[in-house]
Amino acid sequence: MMSMLTDTRLPSTTIDTAQSVAPAPGLSDLLKNLFLRPSTMFALAIVVVFVIVAILAPWLAPYDPLSQSVLKINKPPSWENWLGTDQFGRDVLSRMIHGSRNSLLFGLISPVLAAMFGTILGVTAGYFGGVLDRVISRVVDLLLAFPELLLAIMIAAVLGGAFWNIVAVITVAFVPGFARVARASTLAVKQEPFVEAAIAVGVRTPVIIFRHIIPNISAPIVVLMTLWVASAIRLEASLSFLGIGTRPPNPSWGNIIRSGLDNLFGSPWPIIAAGFAITCVVLSFNLMGDAVRDVLDPDNAK
Amino acid sequence: MGKYLAVRLADSIPTVWLVLTLVFIAMRILPGDPAIAALGDMALPEQLAEFREKMGLNVSLWQQYLNFLGGVLVFDFGKSYMNGAAVVDLIARNLPYTIELTLVATLMGFTAGVPLGVLAATKRDRLPDTGVRVFSLIGYAIPDFYLGALLLIVFALNLGWFPINGAGEGFVDRMYHIFLPALTLAFVKAAFIGRLTRTSLLEVLGKDYIRTARAKGAREPRVIYRHGLRNALLPLSTGMGLSLLATLSGSVAIELVFNRPGIGRLLISAITERDYGVIQGGVVVFALLVVAINLLMDLLYIVIDPRIRVQ
Repeated sequence: MMSMLTDTRLPSTTIDTAQSVAPAPGLSDLLKNLFLRPSTMFALAIVVVFVIVAILAPWLAPYDPLSQSVLKINKPPSWENWLGTDQFGRDVLSRMIHGSRNSLLFGLISPVLAAMFGTILGVTAGYFGGVLDRVISRVVDLLLAFPELLLAIMIAAVLGGAFWNIVAVITVAFVPGFARVARASTLAVKQEPFVEAAIAVGVRTPVIIFRHIIPNISAPIVVLMTLWVASAIRLEASLSFLGIGTRPPNPSWGNIIRSGLDNLFGSPWPIIAAGFAITCVVLSFNLMGDAVRDVLDPDNAK
Repeated sequence: MGKYLAVRLADSIPTVWLVLTLVFIAMRILPGDPAIAALGDMALPEQLAEFREKMGLNVSLWQQYLNFLGGVLVFDFGKSYMNGAAVVDLIARNLPYTIELTLVATLMGFTAGVPLGVLAATKRDRLPDTGVRVFSLIGYAIPDFYLGALLLIVFALNLGWFPINGAGEGFVDRMYHIFLPALTLAFVKAAFIGRLTRTSLLEVLGKDYIRTARAKGAREPRVIYRHGLRNALLPLSTGMGLSLLATLSGSVAIELVFNRPGIGRLLISAITERDYGVIQGGVVVFALLVVAINLLMDLLYIVIDPRIRVQ
């Protein structure tokens, strides 16, 4: 990054005109559109509540999510336990509140990491071309042939479910999508006159990539990132449900449903509550992702 | 046609090789000795040696790699680390259930999804369209295993209309057992197919030949189905490939919810038991299924749209 700041061979005015060729939509446009639709506002409200609950979990949860009680097994919802208790007498609401932290963490970390690695791979392939491009594209195409869930199950099957393993699994499942978009956008931007001009006057490659390519391909990457927050939350829930994500007794919405399934005759409430939470949050992130896409990527909006 | 087919088949060989190599590498970078993982810390050196010999782990890594590739060629996917059963037998026993579930769910999903999409497209921006939109939003958001669990609680556990587990014997009983699991997967699929049909049909209905068809006096159903839907089918067949793959991966969780036999459950219980022999075999079979489905979809395109053959 230092090299691009100290590079003085190209007059700064040239760079400014170059960047004004394809101005990225500003934050105010984004917010304006977000506030336009009631459904998006509703979604935003749910997401905000969800984030606050996740952050304040230890203070909001009425009970310790891990504390068991033989006296309170499989209780239906009551004033004492709003969502009832599970087969170990643990408070379901407290487990749900603590479980939201896992969903939020994985939902945010994985798409960001995947965007980073995917952009590096895609820009490398698109900018340098040649053998490097063919190798990267081949592997990316191969991975894209697999549904993300199946890919995640396959990798998790091999790695096992520690925290960073799950992050890695979800990230790897998303990287190919980012790499393909980054590669295609890089190929398009590379043809632009301002990039050709930069190459012609001898701007160094890292400067071209960081100053000209990446800012101009960031819009579709950001769109993909917001769209995949929902997928990441779903994926973590699925993996935890299958027993290859967050490990019990630590709560996660996915494994609350799994342990509820083992206790079907005891109480259906853990399943109903945790699944409802996943559905609402995923739905909200989907709606917000759609709104962000409509602003940043109007061509693709349906 | 024959040439195109040959090219596509030849093209999938390096793909399969790459997949197998990735699976092999992934299985070998695992921390720890598989023999110790299978037999425990207390195992005697002789027992470990015997296990390695039996599982083919006592030769060099290259030799293991070649044995693995050669094995897959003749449908030998190795042995279970737990009980020494041939993985191919376990898969042969479970695979039909997964294929059955995937096919029935796909059929149900399309039967519901295509008419929904047509309805939404023809009543654009009116109540049915909004209804389909809300349905697809929910279908995109609800986790299939949650929907499955809800159906199980309501229709099997409380109402007692359907069995709560197993796969059944004989055709009628099997269809009876498969109904709820297939319905679960079909719901999600119908949401996807419905949205896809709507988009695709709306695009086609804007074309000139539709205006011509209407101008020459063709009645509306004929315009929609004969001229519209038929041409909207091609993007739909892309969606079919995607949705077959999605259903295949969804079946893993659904088999668990409804306690059905199947390759997903085989894989999940192998993971729980850390049976790396079965995990490796299961992962390979899933990978091969994905490659096969993609290949089949490519072939389907040529049947539906002959123009692709030329390219």
